[in-house]
Amino acid sequence: MKRIAVTGDDAVAEAAKSVNPDVVAAYPITPQTIIVERFADFVADGEVDTEFVTVESEHSAMSACVGASSAGARVFTSSASAGLMLMYEIIFIAASSRTPIVMAIANRAISGPINIHGELTDQMLFRDSGWVSMFSEDNQEAHDQTIMAFKIGEHPNVLLPVAVGLDGFIISHAIEGIEPVSREVAHKFLGGERKAALKLDTTKPMSIGLLHLQDYYMEARAQVRDAQERSRKVILEVFNEWEKLTGRKYKPVESYKMDDAEYAFLTMGSTAGNARTAVDELRTKGEKVGLIKIRVYRPFFGDDVTELCKNLKGLITIERSHNFGGPGGILSSDIKSALFNKRLSPLLAEYTIGLGGRDTLIKDYHSIYNRSKEAFNTGKNLPLFWWGVRE
Amino acid sequence: MPAFPTDVSDEEFKTWVKEKWGYKKLPMAGSTPAGSAKFFRTGDWASKIPKLVIENCTSCLKCYFFCPDSAITMVTGEDDKKHPKFDLFYCKGCGVCANECPGRKGEKAIIMEDI
Repeated sequence: MKRIAVTGDDAVAEAAKSVNPDVVAAYPITPQTIIVERFADFVADGEVDTEFVTVESEHSAMSACVGASSAGARVFTSSASAGLMLMYEIIFIAASSRTPIVMAIANRAISGPINIHGELTDQMLFRDSGWVSMFSEDNQEAHDQTIMAFKIGEHPNVLLPVAVGLDGFIISHAIEGIEPVSREVAHKFLGGERKAALKLDTTKPMSIGLLHLQDYYMEARAQVRDAQERSRKVILEVFNEWEKLTGRKYKPVESYKMDDAEYAFLTMGSTAGNARTAVDELRTKGEKVGLIKIRVYRPFFGDDVTELCKNLKGLITIERSHNFGGPGGILSSDIKSALFNKRLSPLLAEYTIGLGGRDTLIKDYHSIYNRSKEAFNTGKNLPLFWWGVRE
Repeated sequence: MPAFPTDVSDEEFKTWVKEKWGYKKLPMAGSTPAGSAKFFRTGDWASKIPKLVIENCTSCLKCYFFCPDSAITMVTGEDDKKHPKFDLFYCKGCGVCANECPGRKGEKAIIMEDI
């Protein structure tokens, strides 16, 4: 297959072009802008049949997406940071309305102070919305996952919106070679047009998203809960099918050199790239270290994580996201819960790194490893530490 | 998997509301068949109900037009004149009809009574 050199945003736009969605409603925001800009070109040049809605805000963008998806359309949108914050109300409604919208998020730090660079916190904050939420490590993954997201979300056992994250600038603006998937392949993979079972249809009238008070609200939310649970199986099926089609293997939780590992980095998104190189370098020094990468953040595949952790002496969580006053990092809190559920307690060191797009270099991973192992050797955990912050 | 709302008949919808179905049986996405509000017994919100004092009624239709729930129909009485009839399935007991009623010589034709 032909390889092309594109930015992560372009890779996502190319994926959306292959899918040829019925409706795209989006509002530009750095670092997602190129996705929307490029897709607008495709519309103007007649390369897609999409109805492109140029809305006046992200709140309207997501509202238009919910409306279009409720009418049975295949819908794509994209946003980041402050744009996502403005969408928040409708993000939750998209899930409860069971609209399988696909949204690419060029993950960007949240204001304030205002910052435009990469950080995953924006997408992680709507973890409880009902959306299926995944992260990419590089441009190819962003491209592939954008297409797979439609198949996962539209599955009749799921019917939930799906978010695909790509680190702002680090992926969104970096040029890499990718193998794009053609229109024909994408359409065959998705089984042609979207077949919406539940949709607004004048010949079969219904109301969607009605007021649910004390007597029905819990039942409505329980349906979303169950759909999230059912999505686990669908995600695995779709990943397997994708591997057969493209040869590229995807797993909700991925591992690297974990077979004999005594210690491991655990991370999510683009940081897995540097972590992997650090693992290679530490291995040459005889360190038994591996890497666990979380790809699918919601639903959280906790058992897959704990399976990889059961023989570890020490685990080092590294996340490009932050919270305040929590029981650990956003991601590491989930990891700790998963370990507790399995009654596992490896030594643990938690790190928040690279906020607002700050570089975390491979040498930093060496330092993080040494600092953590030193504590592990004395039988100590290390509480959440913001790596590289100046005092 | 929950059924689609379009698969729910009027009779089934009445059972749904009466039995208060659970999440496994309810259609997804907070959806209902179109026009389902006609089965919604808003009458059980009421703490008062309107009562007609027929001798004070001049058949002016004010109550009919003011009723926010269209719960009033005008029915021909024994005196061969139209008088309000209250549909207590929908009447929330708001008292707008009684308030608007001009009555006859200052005496109301609709009064609100405790249930």
